[in-house]
Amino acid sequence: MRAFFDSDLWWSFTRSRITVASAIVAFICIGGAFMAPLLAPHDPFDLASLQLMDAFTPPIWTAEGNPTYPLGTDDQGRDVLSAIMYGARVSLFVGFAATIFATCVGVLVGLLAGYLGGTADALLMRIADIQLTFPSILVALLVDGIVRAALPREVHDQIALFVVVFAIGISEWPKFARTVRGSTLVERNKEYVLAARVIGLSKAKIMLQHVLPNVLGPVLVIGTLNLALAILAEATLSFLGVGVPPTQPSLGTLIRIGNDFLFSGEWWITIFPGVALIVMVLSVNLLGDWLRDALNPKLR
Amino acid sequence: MTAPLLEVRNLRVEFHTRRGTLTALNDVSLTIAPGEVLGMVGESGAGKSMTGAAIIGLIEPPGRIAAGQVLLDGRRIDNLRYDQMRQVRGRQIGAIFQDPLTTLNPLYTVGRQLVETITTHLPLNPAQARKRAIEWLEMVGIPAAAQRIDSYPHEFSGGMRQRVVIALALCAEPRLIVADEPTTALDVSIQAQVIALLKRLAREKGTAMLLVTHDMGVIAETADRVAVMYAGRIAEIGPVRDIVKAPNHPYTAGLMASIPPLDRRVDKLAAIEGSMPRLSAIPPGCAYNPRCPRVFDRCVRERPDLLDAGTTRAACWLHAHG
Amino acid sequence: MLEANDLARYFDVSRPALQRLIAREPRRTLRAVDGVSFTIPKGQTLSLVGESGCGKSTVARLVVGLYPPSDGTVAFDNQPLSVARADPAQRQRMQMIFQDPYASLNPRWRVRDIIAEPIRAFKLVDGKDAILARVGQLLTQVGLAPADGEKFPHEFSGGQRQRISIARALSSNPEFLVCDEPTSALDVSVQAQILNLMKELQRSLGLTYLFISHNLAVVRQVSDRVGVMYLGRIVEQAPAETLFTTPRHPYTRALMEAIPDLDMTGRTRIPVGGEVPSPISPPSGCAFHPRCPLANDRCKAERPLAQPAGESLVACHAVEEGRG
Repeated sequence: MRAFFDSDLWWSFTRSRITVASAIVAFICIGGAFMAPLLAPHDPFDLASLQLMDAFTPPIWTAEGNPTYPLGTDDQGRDVLSAIMYGARVSLFVGFAATIFATCVGVLVGLLAGYLGGTADALLMRIADIQLTFPSILVALLVDGIVRAALPREVHDQIALFVVVFAIGISEWPKFARTVRGSTLVERNKEYVLAARVIGLSKAKIMLQHVLPNVLGPVLVIGTLNLALAILAEATLSFLGVGVPPTQPSLGTLIRIGNDFLFSGEWWITIFPGVALIVMVLSVNLLGDWLRDALNPKLR
Repeated sequence: MTAPLLEVRNLRVEFHTRRGTLTALNDVSLTIAPGEVLGMVGESGAGKSMTGAAIIGLIEPPGRIAAGQVLLDGRRIDNLRYDQMRQVRGRQIGAIFQDPLTTLNPLYTVGRQLVETITTHLPLNPAQARKRAIEWLEMVGIPAAAQRIDSYPHEFSGGMRQRVVIALALCAEPRLIVADEPTTALDVSIQAQVIALLKRLAREKGTAMLLVTHDMGVIAETADRVAVMYAGRIAEIGPVRDIVKAPNHPYTAGLMASIPPLDRRVDKLAAIEGSMPRLSAIPPGCAYNPRCPRVFDRCVRERPDLLDAGTTRAACWLHAHG
Repeated sequence: MLEANDLARYFDVSRPALQRLIAREPRRTLRAVDGVSFTIPKGQTLSLVGESGCGKSTVARLVVGLYPPSDGTVAFDNQPLSVARADPAQRQRMQMIFQDPYASLNPRWRVRDIIAEPIRAFKLVDGKDAILARVGQLLTQVGLAPADGEKFPHEFSGGQRQRISIARALSSNPEFLVCDEPTSALDVSVQAQILNLMKELQRSLGLTYLFISHNLAVVRQVSDRVGVMYLGRIVEQAPAETLFTTPRHPYTRALMEAIPDLDMTGRTRIPVGGEVPSPISPPSGCAFHPRCPLANDRCKAERPLAQPAGESLVACHAVEEGRG
């Protein structure tokens, strides 16, 4: 741990104010989201506690504001702040899960393609190319459509979250695969890999013990940037109504629902989830940008 | 002695890092007369390339010249603005680097790069410049120069590319050439051709040259005088013959002895134990003292400046008199 | 210990099939190694010298089985290399040392794990403490301290890293070491240390070396026998003393002539003209003929075979005909 705080990475982190700021913001977002049940002032899913009387309460600083609902309430009297916190939880879960899924698939494919070369390489990378020609939204709609058609509604609602994760992840893995393949091609010809081959270590061992640790740097960067993209993709899907089930509203769902009230004057129902989304994505993105520069030896 | 063309006075180059300031060059002073070749040798990290870079004004941040002066023909050039320095670099100083690909622009033909350099620095029109460019390519030994002038750098082989770089460095008729490991990337048989070429051109044009290399053989063949660098300082400087045959600094002696001979087999080579200190851990006193076989108490306490040691000047307390 | 017979390795350097089809190009092969034969007796050192692209590193890799040969055979201790490579007990007897001390050690591993890797792979020593003790012993053997095992490669200088590389190679108790330019990335004073260490290890452990280098002076210090390579072939092979005192092949002589003279006798060297041709389209006949002062029509047409000349094996028509 001491080694970490002494490292160049930590040093470059503390030197960049904007990075520290976005790290703090990202930390608050993630912390607030994951601890929503503890921190949120209300439980938006507890139907019993909903007060229809309090519906459409504007934010606290307006004339009709109510201190119980800092950011106002929606049409059902749900606290917008609590809904955002619970929604961010879903958004972040989908974002992280989809990114981890894409990372695992991409790293595996990239490592195999780069290290084995030849036909395996050609085949895997052509699949990645084909995958890249489909926009992620299209893939997600396709997967969602198939699942909807194939499975009964109850089952679908149960696994809907995972369908979204799969849909987003499957459209993102080629980026990881390409990067990892590129780094693997460089590493596999380095002499430390040759030394391991002279000993006669198996391909799997060489890939996992030698090549993998040395290609993870760029993966971390794309992973972070991709997290932001995945959160946005989820929001888009949910906004279109094909994302997470309405029983587990994400930020995208909240924006969609709130959208209906935008022109009737209840702007806070949609604007606040939107702002939360932007802040979250921006801070994660800035972190990713910093990480990319910090890990790039040429820019040091 | 004629007035020196290049004079470096007490040059100090520092790198500011988060772990403190590293001194890459410390108190380096040297002169090069017109037509003279000064060789500069040393182990990697000793500061030999840094000296070349400081002279041509190409020290990259976080490095900077912290003290000292570089004078070309009596005029300071270390404090010039970037665009002024660029003028000097093209017109007065030519640079040759180890990797020819870093000097040549891959997108332009060799001819275009030569013509551009010539017309920028010499009062010639493009047609005359092209003629001059062909002459230069012939002079550096490129066969069928008139046809090959319109080729791109990648169409030349490594040795030919380095010849083009030499033509490019010389075509503005500079008075000083800074050559940083010009033959290191080349094969032995090509290396010999390039050294012979550099030597001949420097002699014919009366150009002074700073030749930075780790290869003592190249120095012995080409240089008139030699500066031996160690841990950012000049350890010894003097005529090439004396440095090679009768060195006065124990480091120079160790360096010479560790070169494997071609003409006989020795059972055990004379190696210098240990390795050169990192810039962050240069020992007090003489930087060479932990490895020196002739170390005594003064070496550990006090840092020696260059002292007269017969035919050469050596930074070694063995040559302190009185 | 090791015998290579008519060893060859071709690389396919053609462009992808589609591009080739569009440009109507034939397949292109690079003959990196083209018919190389040698034997290395136990406890001796054979060196291969030559300029970049002559195929010497490819030979090194063929000999430890990193590439399969396109043609010819390698026998390790009288068994075919592929058989020897398949058996861990045989495989551990051969090891390799590399050129670049910065690339030959995995930057994310501690030195002790790097050195212990072959020990673990071949299950030579059991138990954590025993492995650690063995690593310490190896580190001492190459002139480092056992405590250095806790560090990472980037904390060491180039020469020290090369020592770590040697310790890793020694950890499987090998008898045969392939050394691919082990000192060419090092400073000259450190190079002498490493060469001394390698010679001392050879004496004390009875090692057999295949030594690859472009530096003739270094080769002279370590070799019993030397092969000079040019464009994938050995043009001259002889006991080290013979090769350096009476070089016979015009290329060997040109190489020696090209080395800058430290003695400053003031002799004017006549550098050999021209450049090394591309191994994709090597010259006909003797590959050296476009640069050779002795070349005639026969050299252009007919590939010379290695013929004994004194103690040497020389592939040169001029030498064979007594024109040299």
